[in-house]
Amino acid sequence: MALLEVENLKTYFTSRRGDVHAVDGVSFAVERGKTLGIVGESGCGKSVTALSIMGLLAQNARIVGGHVRFDGRDLTKLSERELEDVRGRQIAMIFQDPMTSLNPTLTIGLQMTETMRRHLDMSKQDARRRAIELLEEVRIPNARQRLEDYPHRYSGGMRQRVMIAIALSCNPKLLIADEPTTALDVTVQAGILDLLDDLRVEHQMSMIIITHDMGVVAESADDIAVMYAGQIVEHTNAEELFDHPEHPYTEALLGALPQLEDESGREGRLTAIPGRPPDLVGLPDACRFAPRCPYANRNDGCAAHNPELREIRPGHLVRSAHPASERMTTAVTA
Amino acid sequence: MSLLEVKDLRKWFPVRRGVLIERTVDYVKAVNDVSFDIAEGETLGLVGESGSGKSTTGYSVLQLLRPTSGSVKFMGKELTELGPKALREVRRDLQIVFQDPYSSLNPRMTVGTTVEEPLVVHGIGTRRSREARVRELLETVGFNPDFTNRYPHEFSGGQRQRIGIARALALNPRLIVCDEPVSALDVSIQAQILNLLKDLQKDLGLAYLFVAHDLAVVRAVSDRIAVMNKGEIVELGDANQVYNHPQQDYTKALLAAVPVPDPRRMRERKRERRKLAHAVAEGF
Repeated sequence: MALLEVENLKTYFTSRRGDVHAVDGVSFAVERGKTLGIVGESGCGKSVTALSIMGLLAQNARIVGGHVRFDGRDLTKLSERELEDVRGRQIAMIFQDPMTSLNPTLTIGLQMTETMRRHLDMSKQDARRRAIELLEEVRIPNARQRLEDYPHRYSGGMRQRVMIAIALSCNPKLLIADEPTTALDVTVQAGILDLLDDLRVEHQMSMIIITHDMGVVAESADDIAVMYAGQIVEHTNAEELFDHPEHPYTEALLGALPQLEDESGREGRLTAIPGRPPDLVGLPDACRFAPRCPYANRNDGCAAHNPELREIRPGHLVRSAHPASERMTTAVTA
Repeated sequence: MSLLEVKDLRKWFPVRRGVLIERTVDYVKAVNDVSFDIAEGETLGLVGESGSGKSTTGYSVLQLLRPTSGSVKFMGKELTELGPKALREVRRDLQIVFQDPYSSLNPRMTVGTTVEEPLVVHGIGTRRSREARVRELLETVGFNPDFTNRYPHEFSGGQRQRIGIARALALNPRLIVCDEPVSALDVSIQAQILNLLKDLQKDLGLAYLFVAHDLAVVRAVSDRIAVMNKGEIVELGDANQVYNHPQQDYTKALLAAVPVPDPRRMRERKRERRKLAHAVAEGF
């Protein structure tokens, strides 16, 4: 059985204009010891999916349907107090901005021991000893001295290392990293991604990495789910996704990405995706990518109903009436 | 002759200590002896990590920050010696596109006024001719010219960046300093803006100083590339040369750190970057 199973999750925000369908029927599983990458552009619902799992939604958001099963328990049914025991202890989360995730008025040591004393009932001395071990584990030099420092003495990359250390302090089974390296320089990012990968193996954790960066998921994920307008549009293992992308949106995203190894330079052109994602209020029953899709607009039902996520090859799910492999065969027969 | 010639450019920020009697105890050498040139219609990519001095270099070229020493020659004029009035004239030919389209547009100015402002400042045209020019500029950058009476908050990041570009183009500049013009945008929108910048260059013969941290983005637009680290240019050369055969360890480490969308290649690259860990400040 998978460690985490999300089934038909729906999270809506209330707004003056009506319900915003931020997450609209998302299902996936995270196997033990594996990393799932969730990739998509701003507003696609990737972060709200994570916050729904953690039960950390804003006041105006609510889970209107679906289940989140973690280690056999449905997290959507738990009380706030029961959730508090799951959060931090069994599922930990790190966020995008290491500059604001730490309290600037408390020492790193205090912020690190707080979680352990809350969840693991540790004495002050034990928690301190463990904090030093953890800082060493995330490769912060002079851990003992650095425990007394305030966050402003740490660089961005170092702060993210501290956040990772705090996340690991209770030996969680699942670590959710929401854009963990977006605010960091590339060389620092590489260090953090390598660290996360090593720690995942050492601690036998599962991980969810949420990012807008196709490169980051290629580097760190076993399986990848691509989200668009609140739904998963493609879901398969990493190599399959990059070798044989099926959904027109995935293809377009990859085409839009400047390639480090592309020699055409100034002469080349990127495949821009025209338009922008739909408004998530009052969506019609139609394919959400159709207005930007180069293959839609024939009499193919794209405007009449939203396609289901279907298994086009074993383990490869796609939500489109025009996946790449079917386009090729229809072109040949026509 | 080059359009822009930068020689031994320095921007040092003094570090002052003491109450009442302040004295300078040290300098932050944000830009230290930087030299490069840009030809007509050329793009020079200036790439580096945060704190490398790339944006400070851009601002010093524009004289938005006055350099500590060194020379900035643009179209034959020495900009470091010019006063505010003479600089205003130069800015017809030398413009900037900023990083953050959310904060670089005045929220109280309509799209039309924003794009028209440079023309008004320089006293160009009549009200009617300016109106026509604004429509033309907006069309050029792919922005619906019927929306001139709307305000920036009504538009997405990509649309706002188009407004910023239209404004920069208003005076027919020869060189535009692009300071991280796409780093705040989603990938699909980023591609639209990069293509737009390339098209404008082709049609109008513009030169760009393209400042950015994203190595793949820089490669996609640049003829030549300068790599900055700690205030200095560590490597400068033809784009393909720098990317295919980097000479400096820092450049190699920077390139090895970029995640590429190919899981198999990634494994190779990981090994590569462990070998280069010494060349970057934090280590991998």
